[in-house]
Amino acid sequence: MIGIEHYLVVSSILFVMGMLGIFLNRKNIIIILMAIELILLAVNLNFVAFSAFLGDMTGQIFAMFILTVAAGEAAIGLAILVIYFRQRGTIAVDDVNRMKG
Amino acid sequence: MQIFAFYLFASIVLASGAFCIFARNPVHSVLWLILAFFNAAGLMLLVGAEFIAALLVIVYVGAVAVLFLFVVMMLDIDFAELRAGFMKNLPLGLLLALVLVVEIIFGVGAWQSSGMGEATAAVGPPAGAPSNIEQLGALLYTRYVFLFEAAGMILLVAMVGAIVLTLRTRGGVRKQNIADQIARRPEDATRNTQPEVGKGVEL
Repeated sequence: MIGIEHYLVVSSILFVMGMLGIFLNRKNIIIILMAIELILLAVNLNFVAFSAFLGDMTGQIFAMFILTVAAGEAAIGLAILVIYFRQRGTIAVDDVNRMKG
Repeated sequence: MQIFAFYLFASIVLASGAFCIFARNPVHSVLWLILAFFNAAGLMLLVGAEFIAALLVIVYVGAVAVLFLFVVMMLDIDFAELRAGFMKNLPLGLLLALVLVVEIIFGVGAWQSSGMGEATAAVGPPAGAPSNIEQLGALLYTRYVFLFEAAGMILLVAMVGAIVLTLRTRGGVRKQNIADQIARRPEDATRNTQPEVGKGVEL
C-alpha cells in the first residue's frame, strides 16, 4: 500500500532536483525559473499528500495559494527577464548586478 | 493497481524533472516541465485531490508553461554560451544534492519510526462524504475567505506589474490618432484661391 512516506520521498527528490537545477544552470535565468517551479511543485505535492493522509483539507487550500503565488512569480520574473534582455541583448545572470535603479 | 499507478507517475515525474534540468535546449526543458506537471497531477489524483490536480494542469500547463514557451521562443539567445560552467559545477552539485536528499529521506524515516507519523492509514474520503471540490469550496469561502481575497490581490498586482514592466512607448512609429482625424475641419486642410489666367497657383 502506498504510504505517506512514498510521497515524501518523491517530493524531496523533486525538491533537491530543483535546487540542483539552480546550482547547475547558474547563468541561464530561464532554467532557474523553471527549477523554482519544480521546487514549488514538490512543496505542493507535500502539502497535498499530508492533507490527504491526515484528512485535513487545509493543506489543499494552501497548495492553491502556493499555485497562485507561483503563477504571479513566473509572470513577474519573465517580465523582468524580457526587459532585461531588451536592454542588454543577453540573459546571463552574471552581470545582473549592473542593473541599477 | 494503485501501487503501479503511483510508481509510474512518480518515476515519470522524477525522470522528466531531471531531463528538464539537464536538457540542452530550453524549449525541450519547458516540454519536460509540462510532462512533470501532468504526472504530478496524476500523483495528486491518486490521493483524492482532484481539484488541485485539475488546477495544476490548467494553471501550470495552460498558463505558466505556455508563458515560458513564449519567452523562450521570443528571445533570441545564444544558449550554448550560457551553459559554460555547467560541467564544472556538475560533480559538486551532484554530491551536494545526493547528500541533501539522503538527509531528507533519513529525516522522513526517523519521523516515521518515531511514531509521530501514525496517520498514514486513511486514504481517500470516507464513504458518504461530500466530494473533494465541495469540501474545498466550503472551507475556502468561509474560513479562508480573506486569504482568498489576498490571493486575488496578489494576482492583480502581478498582472499590473508585468504590464507596467514590459510596456514601452516606441518612438518613430506612426500611429492613427483618431481624435486628430475627427477634429480636422475643411478650413484647416483646403484653401480657395482664384488664380488669374496664365499664372500658376501658389501652394
